[in-house]
Amino acid sequence: MGTAVSTLVKNPKHAPPDTPEKGLTAPTAPRGARRRENFAGYLFMSPWIAGFVLLTAGPMIASLYFAFTDYNLFDTPKWVGLDNFTRMFEDPRWQKSVEVTAKYVVIGTPLKLLLALGVALLLAQSRRGQGFYRAAFYAPSLIGASVSVAFVWRALFSDGAIVDRTQSYLGWEVGGWVGNPDWILYCLVALTVWQFGAPMVIFLAGLKQVPRELYEAAEVDGAGPLRRFWSITLPMISPVLFFNVLLETIHSFQIFGSAYVVSNTFCGPADSTLVYTCYLYQKGFKEAQMGFASAMAWMLLLAVALVTAVLFWSQKKWVHYEEATR
Amino acid sequence: MTTTTPTPTSAPRKPLALGRRRAGSLAWHTGSLLVLAVVLYPVVWVIGASFKPSKDIINSLELFPAEPVLDNFKGLADGIADIPISTFFSNSLFYALGSVVGILASCSLAAYAFSKIRFAGRNLMFTLMIGTLLLPYHVLLIPQYVMFQKLELVNTYTPLLIGKYLATEAFFVFLMVQFMRNLPRELDEAARLDGCGHFRIYWSIVLPLCRPALITSAIFTFINAWNDFMGPLIYLNEPGKYTVSLGMMMFRDQETVSNYGGLIAMSLVALLPVLLFFLAFQRYLIDGMATSGLKG
Repeated sequence: MGTAVSTLVKNPKHAPPDTPEKGLTAPTAPRGARRRENFAGYLFMSPWIAGFVLLTAGPMIASLYFAFTDYNLFDTPKWVGLDNFTRMFEDPRWQKSVEVTAKYVVIGTPLKLLLALGVALLLAQSRRGQGFYRAAFYAPSLIGASVSVAFVWRALFSDGAIVDRTQSYLGWEVGGWVGNPDWILYCLVALTVWQFGAPMVIFLAGLKQVPRELYEAAEVDGAGPLRRFWSITLPMISPVLFFNVLLETIHSFQIFGSAYVVSNTFCGPADSTLVYTCYLYQKGFKEAQMGFASAMAWMLLLAVALVTAVLFWSQKKWVHYEEATR
Repeated sequence: MTTTTPTPTSAPRKPLALGRRRAGSLAWHTGSLLVLAVVLYPVVWVIGASFKPSKDIINSLELFPAEPVLDNFKGLADGIADIPISTFFSNSLFYALGSVVGILASCSLAAYAFSKIRFAGRNLMFTLMIGTLLLPYHVLLIPQYVMFQKLELVNTYTPLLIGKYLATEAFFVFLMVQFMRNLPRELDEAARLDGCGHFRIYWSIVLPLCRPALITSAIFTFINAWNDFMGPLIYLNEPGKYTVSLGMMMFRDQETVSNYGGLIAMSLVALLPVLLFFLAFQRYLIDGMATSGLKG
C-alpha cells in the first residue's frame, strides 16, 4: 500500500516512481541514448519545471524576503528585520486568529475523521446499498467548499431556523449560531464534519484491502468484535488513517472561503470566526501590509511543517506498513 | 423525507442466528438512513427553500412549501447589478474549461515523464512534487499576487489559469503517475522497438489507455474551478468578469434584505452543474478519491 505520503515516508530521499530495472533504457545504454532520454524527460517536464520555479520556489523565496520587510505593494520593500514577527506576536487579533484556527482544527478534524471511520466501518459491513450510500455520503465533499453551501449553512443555523428551533425545543436557547460569537465557530465545524465523505471513501478502500483470513483466524481464536477492530482493522488501515489525518489536518489549517462567507465577510461577530487565512487576507489585501501578511504566511507554513514533522515522527510508532507486495 | 420505518420483529421467534442477522441488518439500514437524512438535508432544504417566498425561507420548517412560488427564479432573469447571470455562468464555464484543458495537458506530460522516462533528477523532482502537495497555498499567495500585479495581469484570468498549464496541481500529476505505472509495460516497449519516440508513445498509447484517470482529473478540476472562491476574490475586481461565486457575493451585498429568495434560488442554480456532474460521473470521482489514498 503506498500513498503519496507514504512514498515519502518510506523513502524520504528517493521516491522512485518505479523500480529502477523497469526503465525503458537499460542502465548499460550508450551515452547517446541516455542523453536522448534526458532530453525527452526535460521536454516533458518543462511545464512542471517552469511552474515549480515561477509559481512555487520563486514565490516562496520572495515571500520569505517580504516577511522581513515593510511592503505596501507600491513602494520598494523596506527591510525591517524581525519587526513583522514581533508585531505579530503582540497583536491581539493575530493571537485571536491562532486561537480560532487551533480550535477549529482540533475540534473539527478529529470529529470529521471519527465520523468518516465510523461510517466506513458501517458501510463495509454490507452488502446491499453500499454503493448508493457511499456516493450519497461523498456528495457533500464536492459541494461543501462552494459559496452556495456557505449561504445554505448560514440560513440553516440562523435564529429561528431548524437548528435553532430544535435546540430551543430541547430547552437550550442560544438564538441561532450564526449571530452568536460563542457558537458560530461550531457552525463551521459542522460544515467540515458534514464533508466526511472524502476521508470515508479512502477509509473504505483501505478496509477492503484487509485480508478476510485474518478475521476468520481471529474469530476461530475467539476474538470478539472489539478485539478484532483493535488488533486487526486498526493496524491494517493505519497507513490510510495516517494519510487522512495528515491531509485533513493540513487542509483544515487553510480554511478560508466558508469562514469568509458564513460570517458575512467580516469574520465575526467579535472576531469569533477570524480564522488565520481570513486575517492574512485582511492584512494583505485590505490593508496592503504585504510584509506582515508574508510573515503570517511563513508562520502558517512553519505550523503546518511542525504538525507534519510530528505526525511523520509518530507514525513509526503506530503506522504499520505491509512489506512491499508487488 | 421518507424513512422506511423498520417494523419491529414481533413475529414468532426464529432460530437465534437468523434473528440476530436480521437485527444486524436492521441496525445497519437504520444507521445508514439516519446518516443519509442528515447528510442530504441541506441539499433537499435548498431545493425546497428556493420555491418559498423570501419571508418564509428561514422560519418555515416545512421542507417543501405547500404553495410553491417561482418568483425567486423569475427574479434571477433581471440579473445582478444590471449584469445578466448568464455572464457569471459563462465566466465560470470559461475558467472551469480552461482549467480542465491545462490540467489534462500539463499534468499528463509530467506524469508520463515521471513514469516512463528515466532522466537525471527524476527522483528529486518527484519528491519535490509530492512536497508541494503538502505546501499551504497561502505562502505563495502574496508573492504571486505581487508578481501578477507587476505584470499588470490582475483582473484577468491569467493568474487563475496559468498554474493549471504549468502542472502545479501535484494531486493530478500523482493520480496520473499512479495510473500510468500500472499500464502493461509490454505495450510501450513494443512501440519503442518499432521506433516510436516518446511523444508518439505518449500520444497514441499512454493517453488513450489513461482515459479513466483523465476523466477523473477533468471532473475534479472542473468542480474545483467552479467552486473556487479565493482565487477570483483576489484577482478579479470588475463585476463583468466575476465568476458565479463572486456574483453571488455581490448579490448578497446588494439584496440580502429585499430578495433573500433570489439568493437562495441562485445558490441552487450555482450548485446544479456540480450536482449533475456528480450524478453522471460519481464512480469516476469516488474511484479517483480512493486511488489518491491507496494503491502502489
